[in-house]
Amino acid sequence: MFKTFTVALGAATLLAGAAQAADLSGAGATFPAPVYAKWAETYKAQTGVGLNYQAIGSGGGIKQIKAKTVDFGASDKPLKYEDLLAAGLYQFPTVIGGVVPIMNLPGVKPGAVKLTGDLLAKIYLGQITRWNDPAIKAVNGGLPLPNLPITVVHRSDGSGTSFIFTSYLAAKNGDWAAKVGASDSVQWPTGLGGKGNDGVSAFVKQTLGSIGYVEYAYAKQNNAVFASMQNKAGKFVLPAAANFAAAAAGAAWGKSAGNYVLLIDQPGATTWPISGATFILLYREQENAAAGQGVLKFFDWAYKSGDADAAKLDYVPLPLAVKNIMRKQWATIIKSGGKPVYVSK
Amino acid sequence: MTALAVSETSIKPRNAWGETLFRAACFSAATLLMAALAGVVISLVIGGWPAFKTFGFGFFTSSEWNPVTEVYGAAGPIVGTLITAFLSLVVALPLALGVAVFLVEFCPKPIANPIGVAVELLAGIPSIVYGMWGLFVFAPWFAQHVQLPLVMNAEPGSWMDKLFSGVPNGANIFTASMILAIMILPYMSAVFRELFMTVPAQVREAAYGLGCTPFEVIRSIIVPYVSKGVIGVIMLGLGRALGETMAVTFIIGNAHGFPHSIFDSGSTIASTIANEFTEATGEMHTAALVALGLVLFLITFAVLAVARLLLRGQKH
Repeated sequence: MFKTFTVALGAATLLAGAAQAADLSGAGATFPAPVYAKWAETYKAQTGVGLNYQAIGSGGGIKQIKAKTVDFGASDKPLKYEDLLAAGLYQFPTVIGGVVPIMNLPGVKPGAVKLTGDLLAKIYLGQITRWNDPAIKAVNGGLPLPNLPITVVHRSDGSGTSFIFTSYLAAKNGDWAAKVGASDSVQWPTGLGGKGNDGVSAFVKQTLGSIGYVEYAYAKQNNAVFASMQNKAGKFVLPAAANFAAAAAGAAWGKSAGNYVLLIDQPGATTWPISGATFILLYREQENAAAGQGVLKFFDWAYKSGDADAAKLDYVPLPLAVKNIMRKQWATIIKSGGKPVYVSK
Repeated sequence: MTALAVSETSIKPRNAWGETLFRAACFSAATLLMAALAGVVISLVIGGWPAFKTFGFGFFTSSEWNPVTEVYGAAGPIVGTLITAFLSLVVALPLALGVAVFLVEFCPKPIANPIGVAVELLAGIPSIVYGMWGLFVFAPWFAQHVQLPLVMNAEPGSWMDKLFSGVPNGANIFTASMILAIMILPYMSAVFRELFMTVPAQVREAAYGLGCTPFEVIRSIIVPYVSKGVIGVIMLGLGRALGETMAVTFIIGNAHGFPHSIFDSGSTIASTIANEFTEATGEMHTAALVALGLVLFLITFAVLAVARLLLRGQKH
């Protein structure tokens, strides 16, 4: 009796030890890396399970998960449903970010200049070249706009930010969709490229009459002069956390196959039109049930307890309804040997 | 006597064994290097093959670089790489020569060493620091005090207008070349200094004895004496300028396609790879970037080969 008990106890400790020692590994997008690191730190303190996340870029994340060298991949750009199925992958969103047009105009306050998606596309196409263009004046009422040439600044490095931004321009302007398209890096018709958010921001700061686009967190922390954007409802809105969350709340998560959701020009009176979620990629069929379970447990915990950390770092947490849709999907989609690895609570 | 003989025989085999080991270690070190080099070339060729196969010779002549339609041509980055490297050399060469000549010929002993050390310290600054300094300090200063006056004084349509046109914010091919020049300067001047010191004192003294001025000594004695070495130094500087990545990426403006003036934004091979490799998801995009890597390798190899050719036969 005592013997079997000790054996059972020994096996239990061994199992527990194995479960604790198995740190999670992930690789990919750089945009959410700070919040994943913060979550990992808190999660490790609470559960003893660590996360080794390598911020190598979305492209690298997709390659690594396909090569099965990591438990999960991360990408700022959702994969199309058919690509997901072809690779046997599943994706879900974690946090939301917004892309904000910033500019350098003398005497202009943040949010004072109003822009529409069509205007922004025409500026980036090089069709509107001066700030006092009648088309810009038309939406800006009496705001005095200088007769300054517009210098376009874009990201030089491939980036999820550029993907969201060019997707928005392509959605709002047929010319952009036909001539340039939407991708991490595109053939920019005009302007100069800065490396990273700080590169774009530096060029905008240094060039009178310039316009660029950066991550919301970056615009906020640098007190950049941003533009108000017209959303689908026709209202001009400011970039703010609540307005990005509104975009996620309005999106058709449950109905989009494979969670391929771009938070571009979503409905809602306060919705910021240029937002996007960042995604986690993992296999539908988990070879190692414990690893798959570990990943889902981590993100379940992050959904439940990670919002404050995310908000502190200027990321926008997902609305609760979206999180619950994802939890339901996990329970039915992610399996190991035919059995679901995540049990919805 | 016998004791000595015994000890000799007992030592000999151990020595021989050590020699063999030493030789094998040296051999494997050298072959490992060759294998690594061959591996790099082979993997670059394999990785870039899809791009070469799809675009053929057009990969080298087209300046279309479009990740959306998956059409890639490397002419823009290749031209940008060559222009920045040569422009930086044109600026750095006279400066490096000047520094070296001053240190060897004119500089009072007590300050020669501090200056020499300072020049070598310049070489130790990480390239990203040059990049950030270039972006935040040099580019804005250059835009305001050099580029704007030039652009504003250029008559529309004149050669000046064509040469200097561009967005006046200092992120262009010219400023990138200046940063590169500062980066290759310490290497070049350090080697020049060593070269000049190889000129025998008698030769130098004899020239002075004949009544030569310092300038004549340098022009007619020292530079010809080390002329082949000078070519080697130039090639080394060029090789480094060709491959420099981070500093250039920050400041060149990163526009694909041919630059239209020296104040226009451009890109180099290294900056394009650094910018796009992390997020290159398409097969062809990755292949095109790897192919770019191979092109840079070939350019650098050509430069080194020319340097070897020119150095051949140099005795001192």
